[in-house]
Amino acid sequence: MYISFSDRRGGVTSPPKSATKVSSVVVSLGVVSMLTDISSESVAAILPLYITGVIGLSTVAYGFIDGLYQGISAFVRIAGGWAADHGDQPKWIAFFGYGVSALARVGLLFAAGFGTLVGVLALDRLGKGVRTAPRDALIAASSEPDNLGRSFGVHRMLDTVGAAVGPLLAFVILFFIPDGYSTIFVVSLAFAILGVVILGIVVPNTRPRADRAAAAAVPRPAARFSWRQLADPRLRRLLLCAGLLGLLTIGDGFIYLVLQSRGAFAAAWFPLLYVGTNVAFLLLAIPLGRLSDRFGRGRVFIIGHVALLAAYISAALPVAGPLVTILCLVLLGTFYAATDGILAALASQCAPEEARASGIAAAQTVVALTRLVASTGFGLLWFSLGRENAMLIAAAALALVIPAAALLLRGVVSRQPTR
Amino acid sequence: MTARRRVWLVTIIGILLLAGAAGYGIAAWADHRARVSAPSEVDSVVTDARPAGARVVFRNTALGAGYGLVASVPLSDPTAARSLTDLACDRVYATADLQSCLHIDRGVVTTFNGTLSDASGRELRSWPLAGVPSRTRISADSTLIAATSFVTGESYATVGFATMTTISRTDGSQDYGNLEDFTLVVDGVRITAPDRNVWGVTFGDDDTVFYATAASNNQTWLVRGDLAARTLTAIRATAECPSLSPDGARIAYKKEVSGTATPRWSIAVLDLATGAETILPEERNVDDQVVWLDDDTLLYGLGRDGAIGDSDVWAVAADGGGEPELFLAHAWSPSVVR
Repeated sequence: MYISFSDRRGGVTSPPKSATKVSSVVVSLGVVSMLTDISSESVAAILPLYITGVIGLSTVAYGFIDGLYQGISAFVRIAGGWAADHGDQPKWIAFFGYGVSALARVGLLFAAGFGTLVGVLALDRLGKGVRTAPRDALIAASSEPDNLGRSFGVHRMLDTVGAAVGPLLAFVILFFIPDGYSTIFVVSLAFAILGVVILGIVVPNTRPRADRAAAAAVPRPAARFSWRQLADPRLRRLLLCAGLLGLLTIGDGFIYLVLQSRGAFAAAWFPLLYVGTNVAFLLLAIPLGRLSDRFGRGRVFIIGHVALLAAYISAALPVAGPLVTILCLVLLGTFYAATDGILAALASQCAPEEARASGIAAAQTVVALTRLVASTGFGLLWFSLGRENAMLIAAAALALVIPAAALLLRGVVSRQPTR
Repeated sequence: MTARRRVWLVTIIGILLLAGAAGYGIAAWADHRARVSAPSEVDSVVTDARPAGARVVFRNTALGAGYGLVASVPLSDPTAARSLTDLACDRVYATADLQSCLHIDRGVVTTFNGTLSDASGRELRSWPLAGVPSRTRISADSTLIAATSFVTGESYATVGFATMTTISRTDGSQDYGNLEDFTLVVDGVRITAPDRNVWGVTFGDDDTVFYATAASNNQTWLVRGDLAARTLTAIRATAECPSLSPDGARIAYKKEVSGTATPRWSIAVLDLATGAETILPEERNVDDQVVWLDDDTLLYGLGRDGAIGDSDVWAVAADGGGEPELFLAHAWSPSVVR
């Protein structure tokens, strides 16, 4: 049978929650993500220095291994979502994912050569791929339909705080101890373990399917997960829409490179441009999440892509300077704040509870793969037509697709449950 | 377990973990202080006056005071006490008139910069780099400067191999920009793939010709560059970080010999007239842009086993007729000034 999201209202899946407050489970998951991001981003930030300075290699082999990572990540993400739904144990699947990444940090302490380093990073990516969808399913299960956007906003805000703090922490350590890479790895490991401990001890083991069965007035067998539950036309429309927009979402790196080529300001701050984007993202995650609860998640998702379009245009404009650079970073941050958590919220809204993690995983995988295609395709445009022209073409295509995507999403949004 | 006990348990574990990490960090910091304030492993003198005469300029990697600073020794006696400047560089190259220094400026906000200074050490100009310093060269007549850096500052997902190499005139009159924008031609076909990268420039003796490495799709080429035509033309496959001999007849480069994802480089010397390539008898993995000590001998840096951040400069005969010999201990990024 098909169970729409609004059916949940009658169930007593968890203690009553006020629609205006975010569940403590969501905050706990946010703290876990924050600690894990401090852990992973502190290492990621110094990786180029470490590879060239300590391992003594140029980062040659990295480029094509990165593509492999993306593939691994997409594949295990689906597997993680499926496992979470199939076993009805999203917490422990997420725990496994966080645990694998923490284990990879232990490996870092002993990784002496390039080969082992690549292996350790692959393990880390594997853990990241596995945990994302079950964790987002837990967030959805711990929230009311009314404040789903806000819940994801709180989670993404905390997550991004970690992404901003991690690199700063790493560079502070290197400032005091110029060859302090092992200190960074030890600190990173401590944060990773702490994240796993909090997840294991504090976050309750929400079992969406079993809870539903227990809560039903008339006892009935719990609905089993099956792939067919993903055939909801709303989810298909969402995947199509996210995929179309993903095809026109080029990597941030390209936008930063355009900015860098335009002005001295962006060139001087090039290694830190992503920090600017992250700051905008974390400041806007909650406000835009709340807006999405009131104004409609599909609408905010579309507005996010309008911000992306504006970022393309601001990067390609023949004006340079600090203001344009900052504006562009704020627009990029707006894009992430309006789409990253909102997509998970939309997907969990469109998938039945039994298949929620799989639905979220499917949406995130579609986005990850189409963005990979977008970056490759954009790279070709970049070299055949030049930076600014390529950027303007991407902007024009995005401007054409946004209205179509908005029309597609209307069907998803209009059937949103109302209270 | 009650909620309160869970919170206590997590708090205690958190304090233990973070205190452990902090303790490790403080011990590492104390250890670092002790090493920096210790006397240098080698004889060195701090001097403002630049030594005259033929000399080798390099980055001093002897642990202790003076680590990371630009130093020089007389060419005639590399084991003499080194003259240390107060300039810290991660990559340095000097000619009789100029010195190019690529440096990482550490801090909460870590940036990467290049600085060009004159023979007296006075800074002429400074410019930001896109990431970790890699290679730098100045033409023999001191009119052109090249600098290669990795493009870093990207987050996890986008850590890829990308380099940025620029050439400009040392007097600041012209900037040729990023070499990736030059037209790359391999076997008569123009390569437009987006993953093109160019690194490791070496200059010829006129103001137009240079050699460099170009790469795309996991292949590398030795390319001959033309600043006037803005072209890069491949002249040989599988060659990186070329270095033109003083007589202009040969090019030494590092050559990937492993054929796997984990690269291993040997040094090879190409005779430009005959096209004959000689692989030199250096068994260790050389990841450096070699320099010519003279027309017969090459210098290159190699990391020191078991000593993080320390390295030595080795010498090997360019004709393949001799084993490598230690040239200068605790040194990196050598250049020969005559």
